[in-house]
Amino acid sequence: MFKKFTPSTDISGQTPPKSSVQRSLRNALLSQWKITPETLEQIWPKKESLIHVKCRDHLSMYTVQGSPLFFQHFDGPMYPTLRLLQRYPSILPKVGIDRGAIRFLLGGANMMCPGLNSPGGYLPPAEEALPAESMVAIFAEGKEHPIAVGITKLESEELRRSKKGVGVEIATYLGDDLWPLKSL
Amino acid sequence: MSTEDQAPSQDIPPKEIFYCEVCTFPLEYCEFGSSFTKCKEWLKEADSAQYDKHYSEEALQSKLGTLSLEAQKKLEKDVAKKEAKAEAKADAALKKKMSSPVTIKRIERNKRKHVTAVHGLEAFDIELKKAAKFFAQRFATGASVSKNAQGQDEIVVQGDVAYDIEELIEKGTGVLKGIPIDNVEIVEDKKKKSD
Ligand SMILES: [Zn+2]
Repeated sequence: MFKKFTPSTDISGQTPPKSSVQRSLRNALLSQWKITPETLEQIWPKKESLIHVKCRDHLSMYTVQGSPLFFQHFDGPMYPTLRLLQRYPSILPKVGIDRGAIRFLLGGANMMCPGLNSPGGYLPPAEEALPAESMVAIFAEGKEHPIAVGITKLESEELRRSKKGVGVEIATYLGDDLWPLKSL
Repeated sequence: MSTEDQAPSQDIPPKEIFYCEVCTFPLEYCEFGSSFTKCKEWLKEADSAQYDKHYSEEALQSKLGTLSLEAQKKLEKDVAKKEAKAEAKADAALKKKMSSPVTIKRIERNKRKHVTAVHGLEAFDIELKKAAKFFAQRFATGASVSKNAQGQDEIVVQGDVAYDIEELIEKGTGVLKGIPIDNVEIVEDKKKKSD
Protein backbone atom coordinates (compact mmCIF):
# COMPACT_ATOMS: atom_id res chain seq x y z
CA MET A 1 0.00 0.00 0.00
CA PHE A 2 2.96 2.27 0.51
CA LYS A 3 5.26 1.29 -2.32
CA LYS A 4 4.65 4.77 -3.68
CA PHE A 5 3.46 7.33 -1.16
CA THR A 6 4.15 11.06 -1.16
CA PRO A 7 2.90 12.77 2.01
CA SER A 8 2.61 16.21 0.39
CA THR A 9 0.16 15.01 -2.26
CA ASP A 10 -1.27 11.77 -0.83
CA ILE A 11 -2.46 13.16 2.50
CA SER A 12 -5.66 15.18 2.34
CA GLY A 13 -6.20 16.12 5.97
CA GLN A 14 -5.69 15.39 9.64
CA THR A 15 -8.48 15.36 12.21
CA PRO A 16 -8.97 13.90 15.68
CA PRO A 17 -11.85 11.37 15.58
CA LYS A 18 -14.75 11.74 18.02
CA SER A 19 -14.16 10.04 21.35
CA SER A 20 -16.79 7.40 20.59
CA VAL A 21 -14.91 6.56 17.38
CA GLN A 22 -11.62 6.44 19.28
CA ARG A 23 -13.20 3.99 21.71
CA SER A 24 -14.34 1.67 18.96
CA LEU A 25 -10.89 1.88 17.30
CA ARG A 26 -9.32 0.88 20.59
CA ASN A 27 -11.67 -2.10 20.83
CA ALA A 28 -10.90 -3.06 17.24
CA LEU A 29 -7.16 -3.11 18.01
CA LEU A 30 -7.70 -5.22 21.14
CA SER A 31 -9.67 -7.77 19.17
CA GLN A 32 -7.51 -7.82 16.02
CA TRP A 33 -4.06 -7.85 17.66
CA LYS A 34 -2.64 -10.16 20.31
CA ILE A 35 -2.34 -7.34 22.78
CA THR A 36 -3.41 -6.61 26.32
CA PRO A 37 -5.09 -3.33 27.30
CA GLU A 38 -1.95 -2.57 29.37
CA THR A 39 0.36 -2.84 26.41
CA LEU A 40 -1.99 -0.88 24.19
CA GLU A 41 -1.99 1.80 26.88
CA GLN A 42 1.83 2.04 26.49
CA ILE A 43 1.50 2.47 22.75
CA TRP A 44 -1.53 4.74 22.76
CA PRO A 45 -2.14 6.24 26.22
CA LYS A 46 -5.77 7.08 26.88
CA LYS A 47 -4.92 10.69 27.62
CA GLU A 48 -3.36 11.11 24.17
CA SER A 49 -5.70 11.94 21.35
CA LEU A 50 -5.46 9.89 18.22
CA ILE A 51 -5.21 11.76 14.91
CA HIS A 52 -6.85 10.40 11.80
CA VAL A 53 -4.66 11.14 8.77
CA LYS A 54 -6.76 10.83 5.64
CA CYS A 55 -4.82 9.60 2.63
CA ARG A 56 -5.53 8.86 -1.01
CA ASP A 57 -7.51 5.82 -2.14
CA HIS A 58 -9.48 5.40 1.09
CA LEU A 59 -6.36 4.80 3.10
CA SER A 60 -6.50 5.97 6.71
CA MET A 61 -3.49 6.36 8.91
CA TYR A 62 -3.63 6.95 12.66
CA THR A 63 -0.98 8.80 14.62
CA VAL A 64 -0.33 9.53 18.28
CA GLN A 65 1.89 12.52 18.97
CA GLY A 66 2.71 12.58 15.30
CA SER A 67 4.05 9.07 14.95
CA PRO A 68 2.12 6.71 12.67
CA LEU A 69 0.89 3.68 14.64
CA PHE A 70 -1.57 1.87 12.43
CA PHE A 71 -3.47 2.16 9.16
CA GLN A 72 -6.52 0.81 7.45
CA HIS A 73 -7.77 0.47 3.89
CA PHE A 74 -11.51 1.19 3.59
CA ASP A 75 -12.91 -0.57 6.68
CA GLY A 76 -10.43 -3.45 6.47
CA PRO A 77 -8.12 -4.74 9.23
CA MET A 78 -5.98 -2.38 11.31
CA TYR A 79 -2.39 -2.92 10.22
CA PRO A 80 0.33 -1.82 12.65
CA THR A 81 3.12 0.17 11.01
CA LEU A 82 6.35 -1.81 10.69
CA ARG A 83 8.10 0.48 13.17
CA LEU A 84 5.43 -0.28 15.77
CA LEU A 85 5.54 -4.00 15.01
CA GLN A 86 9.33 -4.05 15.44
CA ARG A 87 8.88 -2.62 18.93
CA TYR A 88 6.04 -5.03 19.77
CA PRO A 89 6.68 -8.03 17.51
CA SER A 90 4.35 -10.40 19.36
CA ILE A 91 1.14 -8.50 18.59
CA LEU A 92 0.62 -10.48 15.38
CA PRO A 93 1.01 -14.17 14.55
CA LYS A 94 4.25 -14.83 12.74
CA VAL A 95 5.31 -16.29 9.42
CA GLY A 96 8.84 -16.31 8.01
CA ILE A 97 10.46 -16.08 4.61
CA ASP A 98 13.75 -17.66 3.60
CA ARG A 99 16.86 -15.59 3.01
CA GLY A 100 16.50 -15.82 -0.74
CA ALA A 101 13.12 -14.10 -0.64
CA ILE A 102 14.29 -11.07 1.35
CA ARG A 103 15.47 -9.03 -1.59
CA PHE A 104 12.22 -9.60 -3.46
CA LEU A 105 10.24 -8.44 -0.46
CA LEU A 106 12.41 -5.33 -0.14
CA GLY A 107 11.64 -4.65 -3.79
CA GLY A 108 7.95 -4.50 -2.94
CA ALA A 109 6.84 -7.98 -4.07
CA ASN A 110 4.15 -10.09 -2.42
CA MET A 111 5.49 -13.29 -0.87
CA MET A 112 5.16 -16.49 -2.85
CA CYS A 113 4.39 -19.80 -1.13
CA PRO A 114 7.82 -21.38 -1.81
CA GLY A 115 9.58 -18.57 0.09
CA LEU A 116 7.43 -19.39 3.13
CA ASN A 117 7.38 -23.20 3.08
CA SER A 118 11.03 -23.80 2.13
CA PRO A 119 13.41 -24.97 4.92
CA GLY A 120 14.41 -21.34 5.65
CA GLY A 121 10.83 -20.16 5.93
CA TYR A 122 8.42 -20.50 8.81
CA LEU A 123 4.74 -21.32 9.12
CA PRO A 124 2.89 -21.92 12.39
CA PRO A 125 2.45 -25.57 13.45
CA ALA A 126 -0.77 -27.33 12.42
CA GLU A 127 -2.35 -26.93 15.85
CA GLU A 128 -1.98 -23.16 15.55
CA ALA A 129 -2.98 -23.00 11.89
CA LEU A 130 -4.01 -19.60 10.61
CA PRO A 131 -7.07 -19.09 8.44
CA ALA A 132 -6.76 -17.27 5.12
CA GLU A 133 -6.90 -13.47 5.42
CA SER A 134 -4.97 -13.45 8.72
CA MET A 135 -2.87 -10.41 9.45
CA VAL A 136 0.71 -11.56 10.06
CA ALA A 137 4.13 -10.30 11.06
CA ILE A 138 6.65 -11.39 8.46
CA PHE A 139 10.04 -12.38 9.78
CA ALA A 140 13.10 -13.31 7.73
CA GLU A 141 15.51 -16.20 8.02
CA GLY A 142 18.43 -15.39 10.30
CA LYS A 143 17.00 -11.99 11.27
CA GLU A 144 15.67 -10.90 14.62
CA HIS A 145 13.24 -8.17 13.60
CA PRO A 146 10.15 -8.43 11.41
CA ILE A 147 10.58 -7.10 7.90
CA ALA A 148 6.95 -6.60 6.81
CA VAL A 149 3.27 -6.76 7.69
CA GLY A 150 0.90 -8.65 5.44
CA ILE A 151 -2.20 -10.73 5.08
CA THR A 152 -2.28 -14.45 4.28
CA LYS A 153 -4.03 -15.47 1.08
CA LEU A 154 -4.44 -19.15 2.00
CA GLU A 155 -5.03 -21.18 5.12
CA SER A 156 -1.58 -21.83 6.61
CA GLU A 157 -1.66 -25.63 6.12
CA GLU A 158 -2.56 -25.07 2.49
CA LEU A 159 0.24 -22.55 2.28
CA ARG A 160 2.62 -25.23 3.51
CA ARG A 161 1.71 -27.46 0.58
CA SER A 162 1.50 -24.92 -2.24
CA LYS A 163 4.30 -24.90 -4.77
CA LYS A 164 3.37 -21.59 -6.35
CA GLY A 165 1.23 -18.50 -6.08
CA VAL A 166 1.03 -15.63 -3.64
CA GLY A 167 1.02 -16.78 -0.02
CA VAL A 168 1.09 -13.45 1.76
CA GLU A 169 0.05 -10.10 0.39
CA ILE A 170 2.26 -7.31 1.72
CA ALA A 171 0.72 -4.19 3.30
CA THR A 172 3.91 -2.44 4.39
CA TYR A 173 7.58 -3.46 4.26
CA LEU A 174 11.02 -2.29 5.29
CA GLY A 175 12.06 0.58 3.05
CA ASP A 176 8.68 1.40 1.52
CA ASP A 177 7.49 5.01 1.46
CA LEU A 178 5.87 4.65 4.89
CA TRP A 179 9.15 3.57 6.50
CA PRO A 180 10.83 7.02 6.52
CA LEU A 181 7.75 8.72 7.99
CA LYS A 182 8.59 8.79 11.68
CA SER A 183 6.41 11.79 12.31
CA LEU A 184 3.50 13.36 10.43
CA MET B 1 14.03 -19.79 12.99
CA SER B 2 12.67 -19.96 16.48
CA THR B 3 9.29 -21.58 16.76
CA GLU B 4 8.31 -20.34 20.18
CA ASP B 5 5.47 -17.94 19.97
CA GLN B 6 4.23 -16.84 23.33
CA ALA B 7 0.99 -15.01 23.75
CA PRO B 8 1.53 -11.71 25.52
CA SER B 9 0.29 -12.10 29.06
CA GLN B 10 0.82 -8.72 30.67
CA ASP B 11 2.46 -5.46 29.95
CA ILE B 12 5.30 -6.19 27.51
CA PRO B 13 8.09 -3.63 27.24
CA PRO B 14 8.94 -2.45 23.75
CA LYS B 15 11.90 -4.07 22.07
CA GLU B 16 15.06 -2.06 21.73
CA ILE B 17 16.17 -1.77 18.13
CA PHE B 18 19.41 -0.40 16.74
CA TYR B 19 18.81 1.45 13.53
CA CYS B 20 21.49 2.28 10.99
CA GLU B 21 22.09 5.99 10.58
CA VAL B 22 23.12 5.54 6.98
CA CYS B 23 20.35 3.43 5.47
CA THR B 24 17.80 3.75 8.37
CA PHE B 25 17.17 -0.04 8.46
CA PRO B 26 17.69 -2.17 11.58
CA LEU B 27 21.42 -3.03 11.50
CA GLU B 28 20.86 -6.62 10.49
CA TYR B 29 19.23 -5.47 7.22
CA CYS B 30 22.02 -3.13 6.06
CA GLU B 31 23.36 -5.91 3.86
CA PHE B 32 20.24 -5.63 1.71
CA GLY B 33 20.33 -1.86 1.28
CA SER B 34 22.00 0.24 -1.38
CA SER B 35 24.73 1.64 0.87
CA PHE B 36 26.17 -1.45 2.52
CA THR B 37 29.79 -0.32 2.34
CA LYS B 38 28.98 3.04 3.93
CA CYS B 39 26.76 1.37 6.55
CA LYS B 40 29.63 -0.88 7.62
CA GLU B 41 32.12 1.99 7.76
CA TRP B 42 29.73 4.02 9.88
CA LEU B 43 28.97 1.18 12.31
CA LYS B 44 32.63 0.33 12.77
CA GLU B 45 33.20 3.89 13.99
CA ALA B 46 29.93 4.30 15.88
CA ASP B 47 29.65 1.02 17.79
CA SER B 48 32.37 -1.62 17.53
CA ALA B 49 30.44 -4.13 19.66
CA GLN B 50 27.47 -4.02 17.29
CA TYR B 51 29.89 -4.18 14.38
CA ASP B 52 31.40 -7.41 15.68
CA LYS B 53 27.98 -8.81 16.39
CA HIS B 54 26.98 -8.36 12.75
CA TYR B 55 30.19 -8.70 10.79
CA SER B 56 32.56 -11.01 12.65
CA GLU B 57 33.62 -14.15 10.78
CA GLU B 58 31.28 -16.16 12.98
CA ALA B 59 28.30 -13.92 12.39
CA LEU B 60 28.85 -14.04 8.65
CA GLN B 61 28.93 -17.83 8.73
CA SER B 62 25.76 -18.24 10.72
CA LYS B 63 23.67 -15.81 8.73
CA LEU B 64 24.04 -17.87 5.57
CA GLY B 65 21.27 -20.07 6.93
CA THR B 66 19.79 -22.33 4.31
CA LEU B 67 20.98 -20.18 1.46
CA SER B 68 23.51 -21.96 -0.71
CA LEU B 69 26.97 -20.48 -1.13
CA GLU B 70 26.16 -19.88 -4.75
CA ALA B 71 22.99 -17.98 -3.90
CA GLN B 72 24.90 -15.96 -1.33
CA LYS B 73 27.50 -15.03 -3.96
CA LYS B 74 24.71 -13.90 -6.24
CA LEU B 75 23.21 -11.86 -3.43
CA GLU B 76 26.52 -10.15 -2.76
CA LYS B 77 26.91 -9.39 -6.42
CA ASP B 78 23.41 -7.93 -6.52
CA VAL B 79 24.13 -5.76 -3.50
CA ALA B 80 27.35 -4.47 -5.06
CA LYS B 81 25.47 -3.72 -8.27
CA LYS B 82 22.72 -1.96 -6.35
CA GLU B 83 25.26 0.10 -4.49
CA ALA B 84 27.06 1.14 -7.66
CA LYS B 85 23.72 2.04 -9.21
CA ALA B 86 22.68 4.14 -6.22
CA GLU B 87 25.98 5.97 -6.29
CA ALA B 88 25.77 6.64 -10.01
CA LYS B 89 22.23 7.89 -9.52
CA ALA B 90 23.29 10.24 -6.73
CA ASP B 91 26.16 11.52 -8.89
CA ALA B 92 23.86 12.10 -11.84
CA ALA B 93 21.32 13.87 -9.64
CA LEU B 94 24.00 16.17 -8.26
CA LYS B 95 25.35 16.86 -11.72
CA LYS B 96 21.89 17.63 -12.99
CA LYS B 97 21.26 19.91 -10.05
CA MET B 98 24.49 21.79 -10.50
CA SER B 99 23.75 22.41 -14.17
CA SER B 100 20.13 23.37 -13.65
CA PRO B 101 19.40 26.85 -15.05
CA VAL B 102 17.95 29.78 -13.15
CA THR B 103 16.24 32.40 -15.27
CA ILE B 104 15.57 35.93 -14.09
CA LYS B 105 13.17 37.62 -16.42
CA ARG B 106 12.90 41.38 -16.49
CA ILE B 107 9.40 42.05 -17.67
CA GLU B 108 8.30 45.48 -18.80
CA ARG B 109 4.72 46.14 -17.76
CA ASN B 110 4.64 49.72 -19.09
CA LYS B 111 7.09 52.57 -19.63
CA ARG B 112 8.20 52.87 -16.04
CA LYS B 113 6.94 49.73 -14.38
CA HIS B 114 8.72 46.39 -14.34
CA VAL B 115 8.22 43.07 -12.65
CA THR B 116 10.89 40.41 -12.21
CA ALA B 117 10.15 36.71 -12.60
CA VAL B 118 12.60 34.18 -11.17
CA HIS B 119 12.43 30.60 -12.34
CA GLY B 120 14.41 27.48 -11.43
CA LEU B 121 15.28 28.00 -7.77
CA GLU B 122 13.45 24.83 -6.67
CA ALA B 123 16.10 22.67 -8.34
CA PHE B 124 18.47 23.87 -5.64
CA ASP B 125 16.15 22.79 -2.84
CA ILE B 126 15.09 26.35 -2.17
CA GLU B 127 11.55 26.72 -0.92
CA LEU B 128 9.88 29.14 -3.28
CA LYS B 129 7.55 30.59 -0.65
CA LYS B 130 10.50 31.33 1.60
CA ALA B 131 12.45 32.88 -1.26
CA ALA B 132 9.45 35.07 -2.21
CA LYS B 133 9.22 36.29 1.36
CA PHE B 134 12.95 36.95 1.36
CA PHE B 135 12.69 39.07 -1.83
CA ALA B 136 9.68 40.95 -0.49
CA GLN B 137 11.54 41.89 2.67
CA ARG B 138 14.80 42.62 0.94
CA PHE B 139 13.32 44.96 -1.67
CA ALA B 140 10.36 46.19 0.40
CA THR B 141 8.02 45.17 -2.36
CA GLY B 142 5.46 42.53 -3.26
CA ALA B 143 6.59 39.02 -4.21
CA SER B 144 4.60 35.86 -4.73
CA VAL B 145 4.84 32.34 -6.11
CA SER B 146 2.74 31.78 -9.21
CA LYS B 147 2.55 29.57 -12.26
CA ASN B 148 4.01 30.80 -15.53
CA ALA B 149 2.50 30.17 -18.97
CA GLN B 150 4.17 26.74 -19.07
CA GLY B 151 2.56 25.79 -15.77
CA GLN B 152 5.84 25.91 -13.87
CA ASP B 153 6.22 27.65 -10.53
CA GLU B 154 8.11 30.91 -10.49
CA ILE B 155 8.51 33.86 -8.18
CA VAL B 156 7.17 37.18 -9.37
CA VAL B 157 8.69 40.21 -7.68
CA GLN B 158 7.27 43.70 -8.18
CA GLY B 159 9.86 46.13 -9.47
CA ASP B 160 13.03 46.05 -11.54
CA VAL B 161 15.29 43.95 -9.34
CA ALA B 162 16.77 41.44 -11.78
CA TYR B 163 20.36 42.57 -11.31
CA ASP B 164 19.94 42.82 -7.54
CA ILE B 165 18.70 39.23 -7.43
CA GLU B 166 21.62 38.09 -9.55
CA GLU B 167 23.95 39.72 -7.06
CA LEU B 168 22.21 38.07 -4.10
CA ILE B 169 22.59 34.69 -5.79
CA GLU B 170 26.26 35.33 -6.52
CA LYS B 171 26.89 36.15 -2.86
CA GLY B 172 24.70 33.27 -1.68
CA THR B 173 22.70 35.60 0.54
CA GLY B 174 19.96 34.27 2.82
CA VAL B 175 18.04 31.38 1.32
CA LEU B 176 19.79 31.69 -2.04
CA LYS B 177 22.64 29.33 -1.28
CA GLY B 178 24.41 26.88 -3.55
CA ILE B 179 23.53 28.17 -7.01
CA PRO B 180 26.50 28.39 -9.41
CA ILE B 181 26.37 31.93 -10.79
CA ASP B 182 27.10 30.67 -14.32
CA ASN B 183 23.71 28.98 -14.30
CA VAL B 184 21.94 32.30 -13.85
CA GLU B 185 20.67 34.11 -16.90
CA ILE B 186 18.88 37.44 -17.09
CA VAL B 187 16.45 37.82 -19.98
CA GLU B 188 14.54 40.86 -21.09
CA ASP B 189 10.86 40.68 -21.86
CA LYS B 190 10.07 43.98 -23.55
CA LYS B 191 6.56 45.10 -24.17
CA LYS B 192 5.83 44.98 -27.86
CA LYS B 193 5.23 48.41 -29.28
CA SER B 194 1.81 48.36 -30.86
CA ASP B 195 2.05 51.81 -32.38
ZN1 LIG C 1 22.68 0.55 7.04
